[in-house]
Amino acid sequence: MNETMGNLERKAQWVWSETLRMHRLAPETRVASSLSAVEIFTTLYYGDLLKHNGSDPRWEGRDRLIVSKGHGSICLFPILADRGYFDKTELELICKEGSFLGGIPDTIIPGYETINGSLGHGIGVACGMALGLKRKGLPNHVFVVAGDGEFCEGSMWEGVMFAAHHRLGNLTVIIDNNKLCMLDRCEKIMTVEPFEKRFEAFGWETHRVDGHDIHALHEALTDLKCRKLGESPAVLIADTVKGKGVPELESDTLCHIRTLTHEEIDRATGGAK
Amino acid sequence: MTVLKTMTMRDAFIGTLCDRMSEDSSIFFLVADLGAPALDRIRAEYPDRFINVGIAEQNLINVASGLALEGFSVYTYAIAPFITMRAYEQVRVNLAVSSQIRPVNVTMIGLGGGVSYVVSGPTHHCLEDLAIMRLLPNMSVYCPSDWVVAAQLVDHTRITIGPKYIRFDGKALPALYADPADVDITKGFAQLAPGRDICLVSTGFMSHRALKVAKERPGVAVIDMFSLKPCDEAALATALAPYRHVITMEEAFINNGGLDSLVTKIVREHELGCRQHPIGFNDRYVFELGSRDHLHAINCMDETAIIALTDRLGRC
Repeated sequence: MNETMGNLERKAQWVWSETLRMHRLAPETRVASSLSAVEIFTTLYYGDLLKHNGSDPRWEGRDRLIVSKGHGSICLFPILADRGYFDKTELELICKEGSFLGGIPDTIIPGYETINGSLGHGIGVACGMALGLKRKGLPNHVFVVAGDGEFCEGSMWEGVMFAAHHRLGNLTVIIDNNKLCMLDRCEKIMTVEPFEKRFEAFGWETHRVDGHDIHALHEALTDLKCRKLGESPAVLIADTVKGKGVPELESDTLCHIRTLTHEEIDRATGGAK
Repeated sequence: MTVLKTMTMRDAFIGTLCDRMSEDSSIFFLVADLGAPALDRIRAEYPDRFINVGIAEQNLINVASGLALEGFSVYTYAIAPFITMRAYEQVRVNLAVSSQIRPVNVTMIGLGGGVSYVVSGPTHHCLEDLAIMRLLPNMSVYCPSDWVVAAQLVDHTRITIGPKYIRFDGKALPALYADPADVDITKGFAQLAPGRDICLVSTGFMSHRALKVAKERPGVAVIDMFSLKPCDEAALATALAPYRHVITMEEAFINNGGLDSLVTKIVREHELGCRQHPIGFNDRYVFELGSRDHLHAINCMDETAIIALTDRLGRC
């Protein structure tokens, strides 16, 4: 187990570096919100949690992952390439003519289930998928990775209500709780916390971890995935830092729209995370 | 002329769909807290494939799209202005955009098109749907004029890939088609009355009005458009070619993307020589109360106004 965790941590470090490299190749990408989600996606794809098949992205036996916070998932590009969804050389073409790797990922990228970029859709669509899997009698799980700021969208709460009412135990939402929207801290713009009280009031099971602690993420997601159909849906609140590992981003409340210079990227990747 | 049976479009459609649900286990029926007598059968016979999401049209579309991505054929049913406009961005992203890459078989049914919810005012009138739904790439748009066409749409929507929107009138209307075989959904229209010089091209409820005008003024032709996207445009151009004047009739805002825009495109692309005259609501919401005929009269959409127009054009 310790070896597995060590491997996961090394993978996360690689994904973090690759994410910054992607940003260097395509400065229009949202790097800060991608860096907060590195450990979340790494745990799902390398921690034996998400059943998937890179050579057959629409394999019926897969678990479904909906990336509701689409912009903040550039870190998923190197993961998908590494897991065989497409050739690693594609990474070099990010945002260039002829590439399918856009600044906001869509279903044209092998491995993405839905159209992303418009916030607030993920949970509702996931509810339909979870219900469909239930109807088909399949044991697969549906994961949603959402941003905390997304919970300002009313449509998220329509989905939250639906999932609890239909007792979609095959649905787990992970909130990348980096506490920042585009212009300021969420608590100053629109209060979305406390997530536990809100979700529990809607009938969900809740759990909170340090979203950069691979071990904690892995343990929590393993537990939550064991739930059965007919049980409550679950949310994992992963407390994260937007722009994790890059001082210029971590200290900037406007980091969502910040583009790093090559020097800033080199300084970050040259040092310890 | 024999008197044909009067029935609501929704009951004809839902009743036929319920029949299909026994043989087709992929069909789901989702509603945003809206009923119909025929729907009681689906609720009773297929409780695991009938879902009422509550008064939540955005979630209605999102859940439907998720089910569709899992391979189900999903029908969604809500009041027309709310399923189209409250949920427009969900429709755009998860149906129109998504279906360009992955199959998304969702049929949206909007009840109460035009001003068929007569006294309910601007929130329940639906005068924008035909234009805004036609605007979306990959979206098919149907506006049946009677329950016979509505019932024919069941099998058509089952076998046609992609998202669709159907506008149903809120009221029971008499059949215009004696034989379902006369309804060619792929073609998109049917000529209901022959004529010369002047042709009325109408959709939905307005086709009933067009036929009354033609009865008063024999020689005025009537074409009923039940598919506003797609339709056989070459066949429509051929059908319109003989006329000097084409009057479009729709319970919708005019000059903004609805039926009249479709006909304009045909006239332009096929270089037809006819002049166009759009009949419909003109850039103003309807707060006035009274009968549907009254609402039409004050907007120059009733038979008197249209007959006067045909008489004037006939003298030109």
